[in-house]
Amino acid sequence: MSDRLEQIKEAVITRKRAEIHGLVETAVNEGIEPGSIIDSGLIAAMDVVGRQFSDNEIFVPEMLVSALTMKMGLDVVKPLLLKSGENRSRGTVIMATVKGDIHDIGKNIVIMMLEGAGFQVVDLGVDLTVEKLVDQVDAVRPDLVGLSALLTTTMPEMRRAVQVLHGRGSGKTVKVMVGGAPVTPSFAREIGADGYGADAAEAVALARRLTSPGEGQAAC
Amino acid sequence: MLIVGERINSSRRRVAQAIEIRDAAFIQNEATIQAEAGAHHIDVNAGAFAGDESDCLRWLVETVQKSTELPLSIDSPDPEVIKEGIPLVDKPPMINSVTLEPNRLRGILPLVATHQARLIGLCQSEDKMAETVDDKVRLAGQLVEIVTRAGIPLNDLYIDPLVYPLATHPRAATASVEAIERIMREFKGVHTICGLTNISYGLPERKLINRTFLVAAMTRGLDAVILDPTDASLFAALKAGMAVAGRDDYCMDYIAAFRAGRLA
Repeated sequence: MSDRLEQIKEAVITRKRAEIHGLVETAVNEGIEPGSIIDSGLIAAMDVVGRQFSDNEIFVPEMLVSALTMKMGLDVVKPLLLKSGENRSRGTVIMATVKGDIHDIGKNIVIMMLEGAGFQVVDLGVDLTVEKLVDQVDAVRPDLVGLSALLTTTMPEMRRAVQVLHGRGSGKTVKVMVGGAPVTPSFAREIGADGYGADAAEAVALARRLTSPGEGQAAC
Repeated sequence: MLIVGERINSSRRRVAQAIEIRDAAFIQNEATIQAEAGAHHIDVNAGAFAGDESDCLRWLVETVQKSTELPLSIDSPDPEVIKEGIPLVDKPPMINSVTLEPNRLRGILPLVATHQARLIGLCQSEDKMAETVDDKVRLAGQLVEIVTRAGIPLNDLYIDPLVYPLATHPRAATASVEAIERIMREFKGVHTICGLTNISYGLPERKLINRTFLVAAMTRGLDAVILDPTDASLFAALKAGMAVAGRDDYCMDYIAAFRAGRLA
């Protein structure tokens, strides 16, 4: 059984898109728990891929194809999870690029990695006004909001979004993580964000930390 | 082929440092080497200086103009910064850039007319960044209409089809070159322009992809480009591309570049 999971993990890491469907199906037929397939196979693989990307061992398209492979595997097991009524979501994350900025490549990579790590992600797209963001936060009630900016000119908008999201009195305030090329840890601290991720792998680690039970304070 | 030299951009760390300490000699050298390498406009960008961008850009304009006869390219996503920089130019500049978004266009078109400027228009509207060929051509058509209505000759409009990275959009290059061909055919007299660095984002040996894309785009009609003219292999690809595209009669320019030692 662990051999099979190892094969699945390896298939995602080495981007074997043609093989993943059959491998996961075989695992299911062999009676391996869908939860183990996801945790020890698919998610474990994306942890490795994320690290490889952070260490500049692989290039952007290689990471994307690994994420696609992971998703294909996930598609096989997801219906089984729904049938068993098991809720395996690690939490819900709203992701967006702030107003004035239309760059979404980095944000989309983070979304793929978050989904690979078991989060449910609501993608609000690019150029998002603070007002729309607040509406969606009220509607979706996410565990976490992730904001991206690629232009220095939109960083003030990021500050405003964090201020508004944190400044509202009603109920528990939502945690906010920020990232994007011009954003630095010190800028994130200064604007009061709950965390900063330098790349997709860091963003996932941060999201895990910020949504884990007992996580209280800022993790910048 | 119109060449906009891209080196004076504050996203380059050395340039940002030079702007910060107002190192005029460094900036002027950047302008001179690009002029000598064949640039037609010198792009100036201070976008890394949020809050201070306008001051920095105006310093760049004044500094660069002291060292070159070439016209500038005023580069900012912020129309206010462009508006404050334009009055300082002493030759008709390029404006880099506007989109179809009303807040990016506001107040810019009259400036284009008064300064006989050339204008870069991106295929991007408030709710759309053009990704497919059809979207690119449709938004190009809207740019053409707006510019024409403002009394600006089509000959002064340079349409940027928006180039996506191949790493995330496998058809990014083909979509752009197809759009370039259609834009040049459907809106006679207009120009097309693009930068070359987006296409190779996330890939190894980026410069190889950049120059391969340049040649592909040139064969479909691209007639202006934002690049570093001091990059020897890119410049060689540009010269070869002109010949391959049938825009260098009897390869005279190509041969001249060879004699000048610029194809090696």
